Amino acid sequence: MIFFNAFLVGGLFCLVGELILDNTKLTPGHVTSLFTVGGAILSFFGLYQKLIDYGGAGATMMIANFGNLLYQGAYEGYHNYQLLGFFSGLLVKSSAAIVSAIVFAFIFALIFKPKD
Amino acid sequence: MDKDEYKKLVKEMSPKEPKFRKAVIAFAVGGFVAFLGQVVATILQLSFAIEEATSYIWLCIFTIFISSFLTALGFFDNWVSKCGCGLIIPTTGFAHSMTSSALDVKKDGLITGLGSSFFKLAGSVLLYGIIAGFFLGILGVIVYG
Repeated sequence: MIFFNAFLVGGLFCLVGELILDNTKLTPGHVTSLFTVGGAILSFFGLYQKLIDYGGAGATMMIANFGNLLYQGAYEGYHNYQLLGFFSGLLVKSSAAIVSAIVFAFIFALIFKPKD
Repeated sequence: MDKDEYKKLVKEMSPKEPKFRKAVIAFAVGGFVAFLGQVVATILQLSFAIEEATSYIWLCIFTIFISSFLTALGFFDNWVSKCGCGLIIPTTGFAHSMTSSALDVKKDGLITGLGSSFFKLAGSVLLYGIIAGFFLGILGVIVYG
């Protein structure tokens, strides 16, 4: 059941994050950076795709997937454009996330006023 | 177990309780976000006949839009402080950090405020993600060919 698996994988990611946040002096900024790099490392060992196959959105919605996409972009970039691909291919797969975050944050920042 | 033993046990357990509770909340909220995401992705796959990988990209964009919007409305800061990593680890946290830093620095001007401090919080994710992706990508090509 993909919905239950998504719940489980997504929940476990957040549980690990919360445990790190509560039991160390690291800030949320540290934890998200750590997860991004961790996602790239999992992707390097071929584990992140298995996580996506098992947990679906539970794995693709997490910040760790950003690291996964960056690694995949660099790796596949090399196979498409050789050495140039490391530079030109790195951001290809994660472009949607970066661009949408920038565009929406910009638009909403212009329209809305900060609450306090 | 008698009353004294029970009290002792309660005393032993209680200082840990907030941490335990926060962990459970993070698990439940993060799981629920992922569950909702999976529902949206499945609907997209079935009703628009798009591929699984593409549906996850659309899902990512929707998630970022919604959490950006809620951050701008002012709800999200409160939710994030209550749910902790349940909303920080999903892409919602990435969008939230960008939008909230953009809103905070808006008053300092479009270039000196918004432009220069836009990536104040999300920048570390981008920086270390790109560095890790770049070098692991090279390593991957060396190892796997």
